[in-house]
Amino acid sequence: MTYQYPDAHGHFGIYGGQFVAETLMQPLRELAEAYERLRRDPGFIKAFHEDLRDYVGRPSPLYHAQNLTQRWGGAQIWLKREDLNHTGAHKINNTVGQALLAKYLGKPRIIAETGAGQHGVASATIAARLGLKCVVYMGAEDVERQSPNVFRMKLLGAEVRPVHSGTKTLKDAMNEAMRDWVSNVDDTFYVIGTVAGPHPYPMLVRDFQSVIGSEVIAQSQEKFGQLPDALVACVGGGSNAIGMFYPFIDHPQVAMYGVEAGGKGVASGEHAAPLTAGKPGVLHGNRTYIMADEDGQVIGTHSISAGLDYPGVGPEHSWLKDLGRVRYVDATDDEALAAFHELTRAEGIIPALESAHAVAYAKKLAPTLRPDQRIVVNLSGRGDKDIFTIAKLEGISLS
Amino acid sequence: MSAANTRLSQRLQQLRQAGRKALIPYITAGDPAPEHSVGLMHALVRGGADVIELGVPFSDPMADGPVIQLACERALAHHTGLWKVLDMVAEFRRQDSQTPVVLMGYLNPVETRGLKAFAERAQAAGVDGVLLVDLAVEEADTYLPTLRAHGLDCIFLIAPTSPAERIAAIAREASGYLYYVSLKGVTGAASLDVASVSAKLAEIRQHSSLPLVVGFGIRDAASAKAVGAVSDGVIVGSALVSEIEKNQQNPSALPAILQEKLHSLRLALDSLAA
Repeated sequence: MTYQYPDAHGHFGIYGGQFVAETLMQPLRELAEAYERLRRDPGFIKAFHEDLRDYVGRPSPLYHAQNLTQRWGGAQIWLKREDLNHTGAHKINNTVGQALLAKYLGKPRIIAETGAGQHGVASATIAARLGLKCVVYMGAEDVERQSPNVFRMKLLGAEVRPVHSGTKTLKDAMNEAMRDWVSNVDDTFYVIGTVAGPHPYPMLVRDFQSVIGSEVIAQSQEKFGQLPDALVACVGGGSNAIGMFYPFIDHPQVAMYGVEAGGKGVASGEHAAPLTAGKPGVLHGNRTYIMADEDGQVIGTHSISAGLDYPGVGPEHSWLKDLGRVRYVDATDDEALAAFHELTRAEGIIPALESAHAVAYAKKLAPTLRPDQRIVVNLSGRGDKDIFTIAKLEGISLS
Repeated sequence: MSAANTRLSQRLQQLRQAGRKALIPYITAGDPAPEHSVGLMHALVRGGADVIELGVPFSDPMADGPVIQLACERALAHHTGLWKVLDMVAEFRRQDSQTPVVLMGYLNPVETRGLKAFAERAQAAGVDGVLLVDLAVEEADTYLPTLRAHGLDCIFLIAPTSPAERIAAIAREASGYLYYVSLKGVTGAASLDVASVSAKLAEIRQHSSLPLVVGFGIRDAASAKAVGAVSDGVIVGSALVSEIEKNQQNPSALPAILQEKLHSLRLALDSLAA
């Protein structure tokens, strides 16, 4: 490996770091030290991989989407089927890892923030299994638009606390989870759902999610005898994207595309695309690209997909952007919606609206490549949670 | 790293020599609306403030409880940005050249406006110190020289979770005063344990001779007196801000209300004087 980030203080170039109030500095340090120890502990590694295999259902398949390939013309389309994981998204890879950390650290209570509810469900799921108390913070607006996931969390025994402050979405849920953590730091483990937050979270979430990319490397060798030509993944906080990209960083022949939420179009200002249209700032404990106004106030974002509706992004993505290793692009609400329908009808796979952004960009990329080239799209989650949103958008009554 | 001759350090030195405790009120600039803030600052001085902590509103005040979150939202509804806050300090200085003013806020507004531009303007406006809540001492080395070069004291938080080596690192960089966070929690939280505060203050004193003031959880005369007895002073924020919240529809009454509330704390602290 020539790419070795973060440094000992959690910096990815000028990004990352630990920008939190003093009360959390020591708990973060203890977490970083515990993680450094456990990531080399054979018992921990074994337990993590057994859980991924037997509880999550890994490895997830790498599926050749021949119908999409035929429709789009150009490169072969392969889908990394994270939607087939237990709980229906890539989020569970990380919660399995962090819940094991919580268990090893002897913390009886976990908290989580959630946007679309996938991370909340994944946290509630693993808490149920390990017998941990679980509280999930969720923006009041997201509670409204993702009600099936709210009910799933409650069935699993978690307490869902709606957050009414600020924009009532993911960023405010994260603020509230931080406030809970600072108030209950002795007995509580904060399970952050994405590669953002203060060090060591961006690193440890990346490490847990990088099973996605490692599997893609092995599966591509097995299925077509070489690495893919391009990877495409959606980026909100960016955990599914980093999970797929990270093992490929030192394979420069593999192009990588991170797809942000273009909302109503980046030019409209109503989007959630900080890497495309934001600038560096400090939010939620790290320095990264964010969307803020000229006074440094974080501004509201818009996306059809609650899971991408976030004004920041994991600091490693900021660094990979500046390095030029990953190209960050966007897909609008309308493009994502069209891709949602196209994948559903062409392949019989209903994708999450988040993942549909990646599919939408792959559709643009495919015709620019040759038929002997291959694109792997991270299908990060399934769309069951989104059917009510889609029905509402399209004026269809389900009752 | 104390700059002993600043207005802030002189004020705290005088208090110590007189055997008095520092009373440091906090309000959020622009709450309930920007036109009231300077009047409220003068009212705090009349109520017995030794130093004023003026909050710079931020959209994502991660370390603050609901009371100060709502204050930020009220202030931001009136677009109270960093430059506007500095204008308030400059206006305050026209009538009060004595009372030190410390800005308390988060890093992003400062980074967005630019550290150097901020330091220059803050000095020109008459700001005495800066407390950036999410700027840990480990990340501060690129900030402190610029702030100090403009005569600004750098205030840091110390928490119940801070171990000895962190306390020592903070003590090396801090000037003005050390702000001890009395509890594990957000601003405005309820449970404050004076015995554990007292024990931690003794530990901190082994690392620094700076004045040691305590905030978070001080809501009335009784808690001010209890904490004042073991520290060099108290910071009171949410208890004042909740008065602003309650009376936001009647802002002309606010100066008298805050003055009276603060005066009760002043009397409690002065009853401790040697």
